[in-house]
Amino acid sequence: MAAHNNSAANHPLLEVNPPLVLGGQSYHDVTESVSSISEGKTPKQWYILISITASITVMLFGMLAYLVANGIGVWGNNAPVYWAWDITNFVFWIGIGHAGTLISAILFLFRQKWRTSINRSAEAMTLFAVACAMIFPLFHTGRPWRAAYWLGPTPNPDLVMWQNFRSPLMWDVFAVSTYATVSALFWYVGLVPDLATLRDRARGIRQRIFHIASLGWRGSARHWRNYEMAYLILAGISTPLVLSVHTIVSFDFATSVLPGWHTTIFPPYFVAGAIFSGFACVLTLLIIARWALNLEHLITLKHLENMNKVILVTGWVVGLAYGTEFFIAWYSGNPYEQFVFINRAFGPYAWAYWTMISCNVISPNFFWFKKLRNSIPVMFVLSLVVNVGMWFERFVIIATSLHRDFLPSSWGYFQPTYVDICTFIGTIGLFLTLFLLFCRFLPIIAISEVKGVLAEQRNPGPGVVATSKVVDPKFEPVPVAVGTTEGSGH
Amino acid sequence: MANNHAGLPSPTLGDLVLPKLYSLFGIANKDSLYGAVAEFEDGPQLVAAGAKVKEAGYTKLDALSPFPVHGIDDAIGVPRSILGFIVICIAFCGTFAAFLLMWYTGAYSGPQIPGCELVGLCSYPLVIGGKPLFHWVFGLPIMFELSILFAAFASVIGMFALNGLPRMHHPTFNYSGIHRATDDRFMLVVEASDPKFKAEETLELLRSLGAVHAELVEDK
Repeated sequence: MAAHNNSAANHPLLEVNPPLVLGGQSYHDVTESVSSISEGKTPKQWYILISITASITVMLFGMLAYLVANGIGVWGNNAPVYWAWDITNFVFWIGIGHAGTLISAILFLFRQKWRTSINRSAEAMTLFAVACAMIFPLFHTGRPWRAAYWLGPTPNPDLVMWQNFRSPLMWDVFAVSTYATVSALFWYVGLVPDLATLRDRARGIRQRIFHIASLGWRGSARHWRNYEMAYLILAGISTPLVLSVHTIVSFDFATSVLPGWHTTIFPPYFVAGAIFSGFACVLTLLIIARWALNLEHLITLKHLENMNKVILVTGWVVGLAYGTEFFIAWYSGNPYEQFVFINRAFGPYAWAYWTMISCNVISPNFFWFKKLRNSIPVMFVLSLVVNVGMWFERFVIIATSLHRDFLPSSWGYFQPTYVDICTFIGTIGLFLTLFLLFCRFLPIIAISEVKGVLAEQRNPGPGVVATSKVVDPKFEPVPVAVGTTEGSGH
Repeated sequence: MANNHAGLPSPTLGDLVLPKLYSLFGIANKDSLYGAVAEFEDGPQLVAAGAKVKEAGYTKLDALSPFPVHGIDDAIGVPRSILGFIVICIAFCGTFAAFLLMWYTGAYSGPQIPGCELVGLCSYPLVIGGKPLFHWVFGLPIMFELSILFAAFASVIGMFALNGLPRMHHPTFNYSGIHRATDDRFMLVVEASDPKFKAEETLELLRSLGAVHAELVEDK
């Protein structure tokens, strides 16, 4: 393999793009470092962490049971703020999920090979975030077991009625449930070859389980051909899907007549915000995971730096949207619209507004500096700050527009109850619990895709070109004469 | 087993159905030679060897690899995937299903299906906010979402169906080093049903192409 390594090291592409898999690893090393996480003895820290997060999850279940027993009144939602923390949390979690799909689908279509080390965990994060998000609309109905009749078009002999499909809330039901289903399918398809890898390393009942879970996958060339087509199609349909989901979520607000909500900027503004918060969340989780699971050679500093660049860009898009909203409020000449925005910045919720501005608009600018972009402590703190800021963004949009609308006699001020607060904290516990279970039992990195990138690094010629097919045409690939390399025996 | 006019045994229904059932449940169906498997160290060797074996006139070839090795499809003659056509047809079924759902439940006012009230399946047109009962503009988001949903199911189920999965047993699993096919080795498979297949000769050819190991695999 020495010949391969030499030609790869001299490849002009590598001077511009540092290698994505570090340390001269073989295919087997990749299998080993990823599979051993789920095969070894469970570390003590894992038990400590999951006992904390599982306790928080139990609190969530307790809060939800309390809500079902007593009704929605246990939340702080009341006139005039009927949509409060529940929809704030819903939009927050859905937004976090979007980064996973962006990494797995959009970056795949743009042939960004750096996605391969992080896409599996980002997709898992999407699934868990969407699960957390769906709790809120479901329990906001107060009777979640009846929700199939209220939210979905389920034939109902008692009521003999149907949903109002002219309402964006119905579009939202279809968008979010489609998103959850497609994300789960995409994730599973990606997992199948890696489950087969785990199967082939396992014995006994574990082998049996992975054999069934991988559906008897054997990596035949005929399988790979259909598999790659399916993966491409899923990436192709997930891209408009992910953009549509947050667009439709924003329609929940934008199609109303409320000042501060009734704006056409909402769809792109929400999508950019979703990507912004989602990348920050992926960053938080990956910084912990690569340190705790010794994956620094697979999730390299370059991956983290790229994510920081995305955060910087989307942070500016979000900042531009805030500015545009203010400008349009002034330019429209609509006094209600103008009032809402002045009230946002200087009214009773000014503390929330300025928290949002400092977290979302000011803090990402540290990433202009390469040194800060490459510093793990800095990016860890900033990723948390951005997530706090994005939660506040949704809260500001929802609470400030509702609490003072057209009729001053109906003005009010929203305050959360302890049930609101504990339910939200509980969903964070659920999210982390699911993520810890995923880290422990499944391959956290897409083994077969990383090997594809590695193959390209080893043989940057036309012989083997992995998952992403195109080598930048500006660079002449180093020709590796097929069949004459070392070890081919003639 | 009855003989047909050519003197060859013609397959009975059992011969056709049983192997499929056996393979689905992971039971080996009969003792016979399945083919030869040769193991290579990297993708380019596999592609080169595959091309040479195909040049030598073999047609029933397959390759097993831990990740998709590009160039192998052309080298051993794997046809292009037809999945795309299946998916686009089913996606349009999704669009139509969404239209039908919204139009029937909210805009259809013709005669009701007899007995629909017993299961809650009657249409119920209701004017809300003076909006039309059905219009494509408000139908668009759900039509789009259901197209995507149908397409996703079609691509995943279709991919597994075209691959013949789930299949718990396959003769190539009998190869001694098969566990490395999902790790770091690249296998070339020549099936015994290939008209050019001659056990020793084929093995010799595979070894001469640089295989680090090659052996015959039984269908047991």
